Amino acid sequence: MSAAPQKTKAGAEKIEVIVSAVVPVNELVTRFEFQRPDGAPFPPFSAGAHTVVEMNDAGRTRLNPYSLMSDPADPGTYAISVRRDDQGRGGSLFLHRNVKPGDRMTLSYPVNLFPVDLRGRKHVFLAGGIGITPFLAMIAQLEKLGARWELHYACRNEALASYADVLTARHPGKVRIYYDDRKQAIPLGDLLDGQPLGTHVYVCGPKGMIEWVHRTATDHGWPEDNVHSEEFLAPQPGKPFEVRLCKSDMTIRVGENESLLEAMERCGVDAPFLCRGGACGQCETDVVEHEGEFIHRDHWLEDDQQASGTKIMPCVSRFVGPTLVLDR
Amino acid sequence: MSKFQFPKSIASRPVYGTLAPRPGKAHLMIADAEGAEALLDLAAQDVGLMAKAHILYIPRTTGQAYTDRLRALEPAQFYVGPSFDAALPRLRRVLSDAHMGLQVYLAGTEGLMGRAAAEVAAAGIPLGAVQTEHRGSVARRMQCVHCKGITEDVTTDPFTCSHCGLNLFVRDHYSRRLAAFQAVCIDAEDPGNVPEPVELYK
Repeated sequence: MSAAPQKTKAGAEKIEVIVSAVVPVNELVTRFEFQRPDGAPFPPFSAGAHTVVEMNDAGRTRLNPYSLMSDPADPGTYAISVRRDDQGRGGSLFLHRNVKPGDRMTLSYPVNLFPVDLRGRKHVFLAGGIGITPFLAMIAQLEKLGARWELHYACRNEALASYADVLTARHPGKVRIYYDDRKQAIPLGDLLDGQPLGTHVYVCGPKGMIEWVHRTATDHGWPEDNVHSEEFLAPQPGKPFEVRLCKSDMTIRVGENESLLEAMERCGVDAPFLCRGGACGQCETDVVEHEGEFIHRDHWLEDDQQASGTKIMPCVSRFVGPTLVLDR
Repeated sequence: MSKFQFPKSIASRPVYGTLAPRPGKAHLMIADAEGAEALLDLAAQDVGLMAKAHILYIPRTTGQAYTDRLRALEPAQFYVGPSFDAALPRLRRVLSDAHMGLQVYLAGTEGLMGRAAAEVAAAGIPLGAVQTEHRGSVARRMQCVHCKGITEDVTTDPFTCSHCGLNLFVRDHYSRRLAAFQAVCIDAEDPGNVPEPVELYK
C-alpha cells in the first residue's frame, strides 16, 4: 500500500549532537540540551515528538525514547528531561551519571506519536510527574498559534514538581498544579464536563493515570478521537528464551535483562524499530510457529491479534516456552 | 417497512448503523419522517435517556403520524419544524451552547443525516462519534457537478438538474462537506441520448 522509501537501516535517521548543557531540575530530574557540532539547525519537529537517545554504556548500546521538551520554534537546540529511575534498566542512570557537557552523542530524528490535533477548539493537558515533558513543547507551540489550552499537572510534592514554577509564572490562570502530599487530585470528572464542544484532552503520565482518563472520558460521553495519550514502556526483564529467526537463518537467545529486539540487534539482525516502547507499531513481527505463551505488553496490537499468537512486538513483549519461530 | 439495506458500494458512500444509547451528559437527536421510529426504538432501550434528550424532528410527509408518540417519550426538549432549514438556526444555537459529553443521534433520510452531520462536525464533534440510522425514503440529495446546484429528494437515475436542466447520472461519490452525492452529465458526448430513468435501487 504505502509508497514509503525503503531505508537501508532500521530506525529513524540519526543526528550527531554535542551535549551543550546538563541542568539538574530537581533531585530526580535532569535536563539535557543538545546542539549540532557544526552549529547547523536541527530538523524541525512538531510538539509531542520524541527522539531515541543512543547511549554507549561500556560497550552495550542503549536506545531510550524521550519526549522533546524544547520549543519547536527553536531549531538550534533539542532538549529532553530525564527522570532518574534507580530500579530501571539503567538508561536514565547512565544519562544522569555519565553524560557531561561537551560529550558527543547520537539522537534519532524526531518521531511524533503524540501530536496536537490542531482541529481542536481547545486543548486540555493532563500531566503526571515526568509526563510533563511533551506538554512543555505543546504549550510553546500553541502559545505561538494563540490556541486555547490549559494544563492540569499532578506531582508528588513541590520539590519534585519539574517546571511547575516556570509554568505557573509564565501562564498564570492556565496552569494548575496538584500535589499528592497535600491530598490534591485532578478533578477529572468536573474538568471533562465543563469543556466546550471540540475540546481535545491529552494525557501523559503513569499507566494508571492514562487508563483512568480514557475510562472516565468514555463514561462522560467523550468521543475516543478526542482523547490522546502516550506512554512509553520500558522492556521488562523476564526468563531467557530462544527464538528461531527464519529469514536471518539463525537461532538466538534472549537474555533475562534484554528485550527480544535488543537480542536481535546484538546478533546483527537489522530489525525495524522506531519508538522502542510498544507504541508505534514499527517492529511488528509475524510469528511462524510457536509452542508456549506470549507475554504481550505493547499498546499496538489489538486484543484479538495478541490472542491469535500470530504477531509479536519485539521491543517490549516476551515469550515463555520451548519454540518460537519468527519471520525475521 | 422503513428499513432499507443499501447495496455495498465505494468507500465514499456513507454507511449507517443502528442507534444505541451511549453514556453522555446530554443527548441531541435529529430525525425526519420515519426516522422517528429509530428514536422510538432507541428510547425503548434506555428509559433514562429521554430525560436528558433534545429532539429536533421534521415530519415531512408523515404529518402527525409520529409527533405525538415522540412527545410521549417526554424528552427534555422537543422541537417540531417544517424543514431542516427551518430547524437550522436552532440546531446551530444548541451546538454553540453544548459541552463535551454531548451524544448525537441522527435518523431518517440520507439528506437529513448528511446535513446534520456536517453541522455537527463543523461544531467540533468527529464524524466517527456521531451515530446514524437510515429510515424511510431512499431519495438522495444530489449536487450537479456542473452548476453546483442541489436537487433534493432525487428518486430516479438519471434525473434532470433542477437548476441548470442538464441530464444527470446519479453517482455514489459523496461529499461530507456538502452532504450531497455528486451527479454528472450523462449525455455530454451525445446530447439527447439519455437512458430511460429508472427508480433508484430497482
